[in-house]
Amino acid sequence: MLTLFWTDALFLLLLAMLGGLIWHSRRHEHLRRPWRKVARSRSAMVSAVILLAYLFIAVLDSIHFLPPDGEGGVRYKTEPVSVLDWFLTPLRTRVEKTYSAPLAVQGYAKENLRLADGSSRWDYPRLEFGGAHLKDPARGWLRDVLRTGFKGAAGGLGLGVILCFGTVFLIARVRELPVSLVGGEVLSGQSEVPWRAILGTVVVLCIVGGVLGELALKYHVFGTDKVGEDVLYQALKSIRTGILIGTLTTFVTLPLSLLLGILAGYFRGWVDDLIQYLYTTLNSIPGVLLIAAVILLTQVYMAKHEEEFASLALRADLRLLFLCLILGITSWTGLCRLLRAETLKLREMEYVQAARALGVRQGTILLRHILPNVFHIVLISVALDFSSLVLAEAVLSYVNIGVDPTTDSWGNMINSARLEMAREPPVWWSLTAAFVFMFALVLAANLFADAVRDAFDPRRAD
Amino acid sequence: MSGPLLQVENLKAGFVQGGQMTKAVGGVSFTIDRGETFALVGESGSGKSVTALSVLRLLPQNGRIIDGKVILRGRNLFALPEVSMSSIRGRRIGAVFQDPQSSLNPVMSIGQQVGEVLRLHKRLNGGALEARVIELLGLVGLPRPERHFTEYPHQLSGGMRQRVMIAIALAGEPDLLIADEPTTALDVTVQAQILGLLKRLQRETGMALWLITHDLGIVHDLADRIAVMRNGLIVEEARRDEFFRQPSHPYSRQLLDALPRLSDCIGREPVAQAGRPLLEVSDFKVHYPVRKGLFRRVVDHVRAVDGVSFSLWAGETLALVGESGCGKTTLGKGILNLVESSGGRVTFDGADVTAARGGQRRALCRAMQIVFQDPHAAMNPRMIVGDIIEEGMKAVMPEMSAVQRRKRMEFLLESVGLSPESRLRYPHEFSGGQRQRICIARALAVEPRLIVCDEPTSALDVSVQVQILGLLKELQKREKLGFLFITHDLGVVADIAHRVAVMCSGRIVETGPTEQVLLRPQHPYTRTLLEALPGLRKAS
Repeated sequence: MLTLFWTDALFLLLLAMLGGLIWHSRRHEHLRRPWRKVARSRSAMVSAVILLAYLFIAVLDSIHFLPPDGEGGVRYKTEPVSVLDWFLTPLRTRVEKTYSAPLAVQGYAKENLRLADGSSRWDYPRLEFGGAHLKDPARGWLRDVLRTGFKGAAGGLGLGVILCFGTVFLIARVRELPVSLVGGEVLSGQSEVPWRAILGTVVVLCIVGGVLGELALKYHVFGTDKVGEDVLYQALKSIRTGILIGTLTTFVTLPLSLLLGILAGYFRGWVDDLIQYLYTTLNSIPGVLLIAAVILLTQVYMAKHEEEFASLALRADLRLLFLCLILGITSWTGLCRLLRAETLKLREMEYVQAARALGVRQGTILLRHILPNVFHIVLISVALDFSSLVLAEAVLSYVNIGVDPTTDSWGNMINSARLEMAREPPVWWSLTAAFVFMFALVLAANLFADAVRDAFDPRRAD
Repeated sequence: MSGPLLQVENLKAGFVQGGQMTKAVGGVSFTIDRGETFALVGESGSGKSVTALSVLRLLPQNGRIIDGKVILRGRNLFALPEVSMSSIRGRRIGAVFQDPQSSLNPVMSIGQQVGEVLRLHKRLNGGALEARVIELLGLVGLPRPERHFTEYPHQLSGGMRQRVMIAIALAGEPDLLIADEPTTALDVTVQAQILGLLKRLQRETGMALWLITHDLGIVHDLADRIAVMRNGLIVEEARRDEFFRQPSHPYSRQLLDALPRLSDCIGREPVAQAGRPLLEVSDFKVHYPVRKGLFRRVVDHVRAVDGVSFSLWAGETLALVGESGCGKTTLGKGILNLVESSGGRVTFDGADVTAARGGQRRALCRAMQIVFQDPHAAMNPRMIVGDIIEEGMKAVMPEMSAVQRRKRMEFLLESVGLSPESRLRYPHEFSGGQRQRICIARALAVEPRLIVCDEPTSALDVSVQVQILGLLKELQKREKLGFLFITHDLGVVADIAHRVAVMCSGRIVETGPTEQVLLRPQHPYTRTLLEALPGLRKAS
């Protein structure tokens, strides 16, 4: 039974709007042109592939349902799981007792083991799931890991190659050219869109996915955390949190900054004064203070109305939503200021004056002349803000005013690493996993945003 | 030393764009002798500025010199390392460019900027440096050299800034001064002063002057030899007298014919001033408040338009002439209610425009339209031409159906000389002249009776200017349109106007039929304007 959370619904709505925007752009030459330029940039397209992979996981993790109870009929379990959870059931359910290192077969700390003959020994315990199939881990472990990894790599490579061929066939079909010609063009890197780089990235991603997938069935690839949960699973789950915070925030920032920025710039006078006072006031309150206040308020509210927020997941989800909202409220002012300045310039443009002379209504002028001409600023700033929001989540969760502690997020993983790194020997893998996943996303987002800025900023156009 | 001062041989240059080379100069050869004035004439995009920048080796980042030789006093400039090239620039070759606004550094004083060159090329310092700077500022005709020494660019007018640029170019005592459109951004009276200055300086210092311009008028007054450039090639080179007597290339002839002359107005029939005038403006004022202090109290007003009255009849063109800052554009916009007026009345066909609001205003709007100077800025770059023309019809003619609008749009495109298929294209796909045609079609779409033309041809080449003026005249004849034609160019006035109103500091100082004002001016200001015109335009 499908049960969407608030954030799920909003995220899917946002994606639908993005799809609509793409469809709209396809029909307008002036919008298609800069995107074509983005499509020709190699770094941008490689980043786009990585971003799409992240987005795919986030979407899978944003479709929640109540799984059937197992006994047939129409009874469902009470805690909803996402499609991603469903796929990752082995990772999700195979929980160890406590910490274990990446790919380990034994626990990370010694404990008192009770042997079959009744005596006890102070030693590292075998893990319940990680490498449980090995009879003699001391001898067979390395070979098994290598063989499994190789198997995964081969599978991934196969899938990647199939995808490449599929893509080449599709391109040939669309452009009505012989497959061999298109294939040669792609292989030699002479196609207009850098397909070789794109497909290369796809193959690499497939291989990485294959290796991780194969290994994850037998081992804990990134180890386990304090309560024995698989860290790879946590890191994958954190993708949704990161992407949601980076994107849902625009639901607040965009309407506020677009509306207020354009109104202030176009009408000037007291409207401008009022809006400027509003955002200078808001800007002079420390953002962290506002965020902490709102998060505390929601917590108090939910504690007082316990009956309305029955499940833990629902509470965690609402906290995430409110975090997005408050992040939006503290971060719309920058874009608003930019849009105000641009509108001030545009309103004096001769085509706006001509429209006024033609008797076009103010609202129409704003929609038809101002809005499309500030749109590139909106796009550039949303793309650039995305990565800083993902990073902001990590920082906020680190100081405990971010997402709910039960929500998987890179910030929470880093937060717990504070204590783990102080152990001897240190538990380094949570931090590393969070770092690697976040770094790849932020780097890809930044590179993509750079390409978008280059393509859309009229001052950089050649 | 014998031989020419500068010798350019088979110069080819281009720009790299998207991995491809677009050729801008395709094999140009010429020489400049010591002490002579050589003029390179051509329309925009002909490659004349690229030629000059190539000689200076100052092409923009994507510019490339493909082939050729430039020899200055026996040295091949293209073979020199960059270090010795920078000592040639400023020392041997001075340069003055079009826009004095952006050529001066706004945070350095005039004295520092002129002194920089002297310190670099003449190794002057301290008192000697200051004395030489002041001498130079005096030489270029700045009125108070000692005071200007400590002033900053924003404190000077456009003409004074161009004088400073010339002083900087002269500081190194160059053998050759390159002047690339030195007066295009300036008013006629200032232009006359700057040209006079260049002539005087050349006589005094004996340097060669390489003048690059689109204006045959100033070439006529200044040049010894003339080369006409088109599409990156020199099509004709001749001595001045020969050139103006008998241009050999058809393109040169076309350029000469396109140049509007004052004599064009002789014999134009005035429009009968019978019945009610189409537009009546009385005591019109636009004042901008000057606010100061903590509470932004109004301490004074800038009187942009200060009590202007005139009338305009249907089918008549009234030219509003004046130099920049005289308030002519503000007046045009004020009549259309695009800027707030501070007093006076505008009556359109008996209805008071200044008092109109809401629906009544829209109805009046429909009858008065505007065509702007810069056809690049006058159209929303994100709309296709069809939508741009349709916009006004949608706004004020709600009774029209989509099919009717489409028909009318196609009719309009054809009547301004464009194909109906143009409606599906974006403005950037058209040339400047074509864009101006689209702007005219947009204005015509709502069936106006009066069009305010705000310098509609000053951003265009002369040959395109002729076409646009012809189009306007034809439309006027057909639709009995009234034109309020705002311009600074007296040649254009002579070509199109029935009557002229001369504006100075927000007031109209002289009005009358074109022939009378241009050929028998009464007011001293009108006389100054006319005297400043280059000789060729005055010639009848």
